[in-house]
Amino acid sequence: MDAAIPEHLTRTRRGEPVTLLEAISEALFEEMTRDDSVFLMGEDIGAYGGAFKVTKGFLDHFGERRVIDTPIAEGGFTGAAAGAAHMGLRPVVEIQFMDFISPAYDVITNYIATSLYRGAGPLPLVIRGPVGGGNRGGPFHSQNVEMAFFHTPGLKIVYPSTAYDAKGLLKAAIRDDNPVIFEEHKGLYRAPALREVLPDEDYVVPLGKARTVREGRDLTIVTYGSMVHSSVEAADTLDAEDGVSVEIIDLRTLLPLDEDAVVESVKRTGKLLVVHEDTRTGGIAGEIAMRVNERAFEWLDGPILRVTAIDSPVPYSGPLEDYFLPQVEDIVTASRYLARY
Amino acid sequence: MSEALAAGLDRGQLHELYRYMCLAREAEERLEILQKQGHVKGGLYRSLGQEGGAVGAAYALRRRDDGTGDFLAQTIRATGALFLFGGTPVDYFRQYLARATSPTRGREANVHWFDFGKGFIGPVSPLGTMVEIMAGITLSFRLRGEDRVGMVFGGDGASSTGAWHEGLNFAAVQGCPMIMMVEANQWAFSTPTRKNTRAESFVDKAPGYGIFGESVDGTDVLGVYEVVNRAVARARAGAGTQLVELQYFRRKGHAQHDPHDYVDPDLIREWEKKDPIDTYRARLLSEDWAQESELDAILAGTRAEIEAAAEEAVGEPLPEGLSALGGVYTDIATPVPWTRGASPDPRAG
Ligand SMILES: Cc1ncc(C[n+]2csc(CCOP(=O)(O)OP(=O)(O)O)c2C)c(N)n1
Ligand SMILES: [Mg+2]
Repeated sequence: MDAAIPEHLTRTRRGEPVTLLEAISEALFEEMTRDDSVFLMGEDIGAYGGAFKVTKGFLDHFGERRVIDTPIAEGGFTGAAAGAAHMGLRPVVEIQFMDFISPAYDVITNYIATSLYRGAGPLPLVIRGPVGGGNRGGPFHSQNVEMAFFHTPGLKIVYPSTAYDAKGLLKAAIRDDNPVIFEEHKGLYRAPALREVLPDEDYVVPLGKARTVREGRDLTIVTYGSMVHSSVEAADTLDAEDGVSVEIIDLRTLLPLDEDAVVESVKRTGKLLVVHEDTRTGGIAGEIAMRVNERAFEWLDGPILRVTAIDSPVPYSGPLEDYFLPQVEDIVTASRYLARY
Repeated sequence: MSEALAAGLDRGQLHELYRYMCLAREAEERLEILQKQGHVKGGLYRSLGQEGGAVGAAYALRRRDDGTGDFLAQTIRATGALFLFGGTPVDYFRQYLARATSPTRGREANVHWFDFGKGFIGPVSPLGTMVEIMAGITLSFRLRGEDRVGMVFGGDGASSTGAWHEGLNFAAVQGCPMIMMVEANQWAFSTPTRKNTRAESFVDKAPGYGIFGESVDGTDVLGVYEVVNRAVARARAGAGTQLVELQYFRRKGHAQHDPHDYVDPDLIREWEKKDPIDTYRARLLSEDWAQESELDAILAGTRAEIEAAAEEAVGEPLPEGLSALGGVYTDIATPVPWTRGASPDPRAG
């Protein structure tokens, strides 16, 4: 296609900062430009440009062959993506809200995740969409879905917290030969504080590698997604008010988990707090605690603790949702407890 | 009972249809104002142009408030049906305004609420699911030998889901007394119906399930009532699952945040001419089923009711954060996060 690049997708080229959402759009756009086998499917992604406008302008640029508006059938089009991937295409499907990935649970876990193992070949496809709370979206427009899939060998799960990572991780996910679930936090999509100038060159952020957000001495916070930013806020408070120095690790990829990064950090600080927006029971904190227990038990100077959402559906009303979600204050309180331990 | 004037309905009933359509319209318009004033945080959905379909269909059901009547599963486009079934405007506002006093105590939004006594069950967002649920509700009617029926609303887009298919097929196979109301408003968010189905009409799908389907102009409240009344009678008599397609048009965006710019404005204007309330009002007057003054009084009454309900809900508090806890299990409490105890200690919880 030689149609001009839509204006709103040239920010990085012009040296302007982009939001996390724009970074995702750029990643999709660049990968579709680079590789003709990449194509998109999802609800309302064509003329409308997607519920959150991630694919705005894509239909005009790439045409209906590569930007396909689907019926409301998450199971159907995710399964179709798998079929297309068998034939050498690299589909990226958008789930309008990741809460609605559940009809595709069957094909993702039973078919897609097992394909390589069964000898049916790798399935390079990405299933991406918005997740997360804080938007007064209620029980069905707020969930985090990572742990519904974490237990399934064969899948990768990515959950970026910055614009830079979002772009680089999504590009890596599209180029990866394994199926990847890519979670995008709605609250981060257009957060002004996350706007940043990205390199005007092709780059990827490798899957499976965590990032040290800040170095610290007294305790390690392992987190991802929106809670990276809450943790940074908490760490600022702890630094200023308590003189406690916090190291923050952003997992970026949940599966495979960057166990080495976590273990190395804990060996330095001796204390670990895991923070996630997802609910408590069966949250990733449990897995991380176990890995650290296995590999760094002797280095621990305190219990491994966690700050998470409460074990409940996500409520709609503001005060309820605020209570449901982990807050900066919780991270501060937990960190203080650990620091004093 | 007084003399039947049309569709077996008497003057009072014909006026009642008008009243419920107005109630839905007024409630939603008041809600738009509340949203502009910052009172509504979540999405806001309109049923503009679809009021006749909702009210006409639900009017064919047996409404009781002791849990023995027919059952309704409403959608965001069936506000009028919800009101007809005894959902009150004040509860409607409380839901949208996320008040502590709302039927779900602020846990759920908009028309996602329930009153099993009155016989309505609110939806979940995942489309199609309520078809499965209503299949089971109506299965229970059949298994117990009760002559009750259940009506589930669902959009044209929702019909693309696996849940819709599985639920409808289950109901059909089991002979459940279920009425599947397809709200064929020509759009699913920004997606036109032709991108959701190749079928010319949803009625064409009915034979594939071995059930009877009928299509009706969804802007004509009386026509809808007549068609659905027949479907309800068949289902009640043991003829099993029925499908009715309401043909009309979604005249507003999917939700308030949708600019609706993908729809030809001329088309919207065309459908404005078929406004279910305006056309019904004109019919009531021309057939001499109502006096202008009577209809004005009904409208004024609904406006006053809506105004009072809105004010009542606005004046009520949001829930306390702590009330987020609990209600997840019948017998297990949700613990307070340990970081929020009086003296934070992870060993406490
Ligand atoms: C399984 C599922 N996928 C996606 C969505 C997001 N979504 C909410 S409403 C909607 C369009 C619904 O269209 P339709 O069923 O025709 O109902 P209408 O809004 O026109 O009344 C979509 C895609 C959803 N709620 N559930
Ligand atoms: Mg529709």
